[in-house]
Amino acid sequence: MPTNVIMPQLGESVVEGTLSRWLKQVGERVEEFEPIAEVTTDKVDTEIPAPASGVVLAIYVAEGQTVERGTLLAVIGEPDEPVAATPSATPAQKHVTAPEPKPAQASPSAQRYSPVVARMAAEHNIDLTRIRGTGLGGRVTKKDVEAYLAAQKQPAAELAPWEQPGGGDLFKPTDEIFAAANAKPAASAPPPSAAPTQAPPSAALSGTLLPHSAMRRAIAKHMVESKLHTAPHVTTVFEVDMTRTMAHWKANEANFAAQGVRLTLTAYFVAAVVRAAQAQPILNSRWTDDGLFVPKVVNVGMAVALEDGLIVPVIKNAQDLNLIGLARQVTDLAARARAKQLKPDDLQGGTITLTNHGVSGSLLATPIINQPQSAIVGVGAVTKRPVVITDAEGNDLLAIRPMLYATLTFDHRVADGALGDAFMRVFKETLENWQ
Amino acid sequence: MPEMTLIDAIREAMDEELARDPRVFITGEDVGKRGGVFRATMGLYQKYGEKRIVDSPLAELSIVAIGIGAACAGLVPICEIQFADFIHPAFNQIVNEAAKMYYRSGGTWNVPLTIRAPYGGGIGGGLYHSQSVEAFFTHVPGLKVVIPSTPYDAKGLLKSAVRDPNPVLFFEPKKGYRSIKGEVPEGEYTVPLGKARLARQGSDLSVYAYGMMAHYAVQAAEQVAREDGIQCDVVDLRTLLPIDKETILASFKKTGKALIVYEDNLTMGYGAEIAAILSCDGFEYMDAPIMRLGGPDVPAVPFSHPLQEAFMPNPHKIAAAIRQLAAY
Repeated sequence: MPTNVIMPQLGESVVEGTLSRWLKQVGERVEEFEPIAEVTTDKVDTEIPAPASGVVLAIYVAEGQTVERGTLLAVIGEPDEPVAATPSATPAQKHVTAPEPKPAQASPSAQRYSPVVARMAAEHNIDLTRIRGTGLGGRVTKKDVEAYLAAQKQPAAELAPWEQPGGGDLFKPTDEIFAAANAKPAASAPPPSAAPTQAPPSAALSGTLLPHSAMRRAIAKHMVESKLHTAPHVTTVFEVDMTRTMAHWKANEANFAAQGVRLTLTAYFVAAVVRAAQAQPILNSRWTDDGLFVPKVVNVGMAVALEDGLIVPVIKNAQDLNLIGLARQVTDLAARARAKQLKPDDLQGGTITLTNHGVSGSLLATPIINQPQSAIVGVGAVTKRPVVITDAEGNDLLAIRPMLYATLTFDHRVADGALGDAFMRVFKETLENWQ
Repeated sequence: MPEMTLIDAIREAMDEELARDPRVFITGEDVGKRGGVFRATMGLYQKYGEKRIVDSPLAELSIVAIGIGAACAGLVPICEIQFADFIHPAFNQIVNEAAKMYYRSGGTWNVPLTIRAPYGGGIGGGLYHSQSVEAFFTHVPGLKVVIPSTPYDAKGLLKSAVRDPNPVLFFEPKKGYRSIKGEVPEGEYTVPLGKARLARQGSDLSVYAYGMMAHYAVQAAEQVAREDGIQCDVVDLRTLLPIDKETILASFKKTGKALIVYEDNLTMGYGAEIAAILSCDGFEYMDAPIMRLGGPDVPAVPFSHPLQEAFMPNPHKIAAAIRQLAAY
């Protein structure tokens, strides 16, 4: 009995994944739980384990193709077991979408290019996914590339400056100069077009077109979706005196290190987020049309900057962790994020997000909410600043204190300013009175 | 320009060479009074006499050995092997003596020998009158191997072969002896050895063939052009050794797709060398897997007519392969 390999749900807001690489080909043997394919989702690269042992009988999704969760990817079974040539008969098969503006890929062979096609693509800097193949199984043939080039035929590439005709009066024939001078102003030039068409950037500016990575596209999509299409963002700013937290940190850094844990300020911030979220659970919630879903746990997403983007691993059940537990999680998730070794599970289930943008020197920022959450806390750099404090006798004094600006950006559908400020008061007090 | 058959053109070439150079003589089985089993030498005995047209014993080894000796002694022999299938007893003479003479004598001795042999199936000849043997000899440096597909080329190439200072194997597609006709100009001309010919031009794919298969490939190419609008280059190799890489690659660089047709058994056949040249020197131009169409890997062309048809590539099979490759 053949076993279907299905695109799994790789995250709760993740509805589709890109099949980046088949690790087993048709005819190859695979053992249960052995990785059979690599998948890239919006935020994570992972492997799909084989659901059963057997031989890969059919592969239905080509490398590079993006499919919805639940899509039938392949079939595993015993050799000679009959399988469908196409997965259409299987109810699990979902609508298949290719990344825009790619034409739908007809078969796995569509992703393979012959040497001549590869060479021509390199020579002419062509994105082959933009070409609709007319060869066997949608293969892009040499003729397809030639036709594409002919269609794209632009005026010859930009000439070097010394190859171009001079633009100054010195270079113009005198009759042309005088004709221009004598011409009536009204007739001298055509009126500017009322609606200038949008030219590709390369037409006006010289530069390089950097292709988007899958992660970049995913981030772009999420940001636009969150800020422009989903949540009305509002931000409140608090100033936090970090004296006590810094003192605790200095006093315990070595102690933690002795236990094999690297203590960072982020751990304190996560702890403060947990405390604030427990005090104001509305900001640890999710907007749904049916009502506001308020989780029982606080799972803190932690934004980690990568060379080529951003990823938000989640500290699960942060409410149950003490400072050392949080520090351990922070260090582990950040390290694995940078090493690209996060598992899909590491990215799931966040209820609120913390971004420590201060690590790159930023004082104040208004981050974008990580959907479907309701709030994101931003912390800036801790800087020593002169501040006015009042002593026990009521005297105002000027003091030098380590300060930071902390922001809460939240979904105004979910909460109003007062609630946001209440959240931030707890956040601030937690850090300012750290014991 | 008079039209003539392949075999008439071959006879005319020999006639002209016999007349031009008194050192030229012909030997082989029944080449004399009988005029050869295919009538290739018909009338030449009567014209040039028994010293120029010499009937041989039924012993191919000796036909070639006599040719080699005579060549070394200053004559210009044309040895006829009645069927290429019978060339095997002479293999040692050809490979060990003729091919190596010039090399092992440090250039002192050369063997201006031409061996003519009809080859190929499709005539109901069965196991011992249908073989293709070119692959055995194209493996041997020191030999030249020529296979014409048109009367014009047959005459011009045979004259070049006779005049060449080295041993040349001249294989003739016997099925085309009388079925292939073409224009042959009057008067003296030669076709150089080592040059392939673009028999037909098109940009969709390249078909490489020689002999009877080149003739068929042109027919198939015309058919797919008519029926499917597929335009093929057809490269008639003409000389298999030395191989004309330049023409082979020029066509491939234009089309990016190659179909190689030969009626010999597919595996280790001559077409494998073309495929190797294309994949090595033409890799960056490759737009499809290099395709070969050849005879099946069975010990011989069967005598049974339906089995023979199943064995032999023909214009229909070539056209089907062209369509498949064009669609890739």
